Amino acid sequence: MSGIRIRAEAKDGITSVRSLITHPMESGLRKDSETDEPIPAQFIQELVCKWKDEVVLRAHWTGGVSKDPYLAFRFRGGEPGDPLEISWTDNLGQSASETTTIR
Amino acid sequence: MIDARRRRVLKGALAAVGVAFATGLVSARAVLAAWNAAAFRAEDPATALQGLLGTSEHTPSDAVRLQAPDDAENAAAVRVTVEVDLPNVRSISLIASGNPYPLVASFELGPRAEGFISTSIKMAQTADVVAVVKTDDAILSAAKRVNAAAGRCVG
Repeated sequence: MSGIRIRAEAKDGITSVRSLITHPMESGLRKDSETDEPIPAQFIQELVCKWKDEVVLRAHWTGGVSKDPYLAFRFRGGEPGDPLEISWTDNLGQSASETTTIR
Repeated sequence: MIDARRRRVLKGALAAVGVAFATGLVSARAVLAAWNAAAFRAEDPATALQGLLGTSEHTPSDAVRLQAPDDAENAAAVRVTVEVDLPNVRSISLIASGNPYPLVASFELGPRAEGFISTSIKMAQTADVVAVVKTDDAILSAAKRVNAAAGRCVG
């Protein structure tokens, strides 16, 4: 379970990608409401999207991106059956990746 | 003969460990180098953009279309969509001007990517959301005021 859901559709030469990622995206700026202790930062710092082996998008994020991030983007090319990979690394060094097939 | 084979095996194993170590180091360093702390930890938009793009100057442009709600129903998840009617878009960066760390995200677009990004951001208070777009020859922007008063304070 990578916690990454991807939907990629090719139409008229453009591939549209929509993705939902399960991640706490803690900014490090919040406090626990009961203990008043700071909640440690844990957020995705880098996200890479590859079509075949080519990087089409590289995102750098902070704790200002919403919990369980949503991301949509588009690129030229891509055909039904092609592999599309999204991977991320967070500030704690954890990572995940998921590959889908373009529809 | 056994000694010679052992040496070969040992040599091979050491080489493999060396390669794994080296690639591990390289990728860890690449990630650290890529995340621009000077920009993402800046406490005002101008310093953040200076750190990210080398300049804080940007020109408002109709070619940058920024969609965001007038009133955020949930300040912890404000949907922001940026569409750029230009070729050669290199990057799209999102700023929530009133956040403790205003530079929220930056997207580097590969040669195939269209000038289009949609994501959700947190807003600490009512403020301008600014989309800053770097093309081959200009730094353009669009801004929109988003009322986040109804939302939770999140940073």
